[in-house]
Amino acid sequence: MKTRVLMVDDEKEFIQALSERLTLRDYDVTTAFSGEEAVEKMKNYLFDVTILDVLMPGMSGIETLREIKKIKPLVEVIMLTGHATIETAIEGMKLGAFDFLLKPCETEALVAKIDKAYTKKLEHDERIRAAKVAEIVDSPIAALKE
Amino acid sequence: MNRNWDVIGEQGLQFFGKMSATISHEINNSLAIINENAGLLQDFTLMADKGMPLDPVRLNSLAGKLIDQIRRAEGIVKNMNRFAHSVDEPVKSVNLDDIVELMVTLSARFASMRGVTVESKPASVPVMITTNSFLMQNLIWLCLDFAMDAAAAGNTIDIITEKTKNGAQISFMQAGDPAKAPPNKFPAEPEKVLLDVLKANLSADEGVGKIVITLPRDIDM
Repeated sequence: MKTRVLMVDDEKEFIQALSERLTLRDYDVTTAFSGEEAVEKMKNYLFDVTILDVLMPGMSGIETLREIKKIKPLVEVIMLTGHATIETAIEGMKLGAFDFLLKPCETEALVAKIDKAYTKKLEHDERIRAAKVAEIVDSPIAALKE
Repeated sequence: MNRNWDVIGEQGLQFFGKMSATISHEINNSLAIINENAGLLQDFTLMADKGMPLDPVRLNSLAGKLIDQIRRAEGIVKNMNRFAHSVDEPVKSVNLDDIVELMVTLSARFASMRGVTVESKPASVPVMITTNSFLMQNLIWLCLDFAMDAAAAGNTIDIITEKTKNGAQISFMQAGDPAKAPPNKFPAEPEKVLLDVLKANLSADEGVGKIVITLPRDIDM
């Protein structure tokens, strides 16, 4: 299955070109041009990794990160930042972002981070699945009641 | 007067830093778009090497996007240059509309982050005054920053320049809901000091979201 990526940035030209490049590299890319749009898409669709711009009008990158983590805690978030907002990206990592990258970024560096983030998410998903299976094995009746 | 220059120096550096940061952010955004579109061209050439035909229409569109971004970056650099040269001469004759227009352009990102639109409404005739352009820009920025903070998201702030009998006037008018800024905060010390040095006066009607600066024709007279 392709890695499902949600890209969030208010610079439409940037996000359109980058999403096309990621699509050529076999990622399943969806775009959002604001934090609000990203949150709506996160509620309605399944994603593995989000690429999130730190500085956006309206809902900021940090606010968007908080909302994404509330809705889908296992989705991994990579923050995109200019030099002036590195501190915000670091704050994002404290709030659970997987990593951050400086704009403009090397596509191969971004691809490597997306793949790492996806692997981490798969491991998390697997651990949760294993825990649920163990729970059913330990107490099948309780699991049935649920 | 020494205290005034301390305030002006500190405030001026903050203003210069803030504008430089927004300019570099804008240039960086343009570079990021150029980077991705150039990368896309590279991807297409690699695909062509593997036998996939190149689409001339697509290539032309990408080249157009690169040209657009180079023009955008050129415009940003031109404004940066104008801003940087505003400290060259302490006092000179300037067209007030040019200064307002430059500040509106440089403030665009700050306005967009607050969800506010800023529009300049130039006078029908050139409004020439003799002043310190850098300090004038700083004063306009402080008024605009206050007006943008006070404006509700979705509102528009019009900056109107007019020629008056003794010089000129700049009005910051907020359309939409009245200002929501806390009263008695404006003008604060930095604005008062700049007004003093520029021999200008300011009246603020926060209830209706209006700030008016009156300026002399020549600060040396």
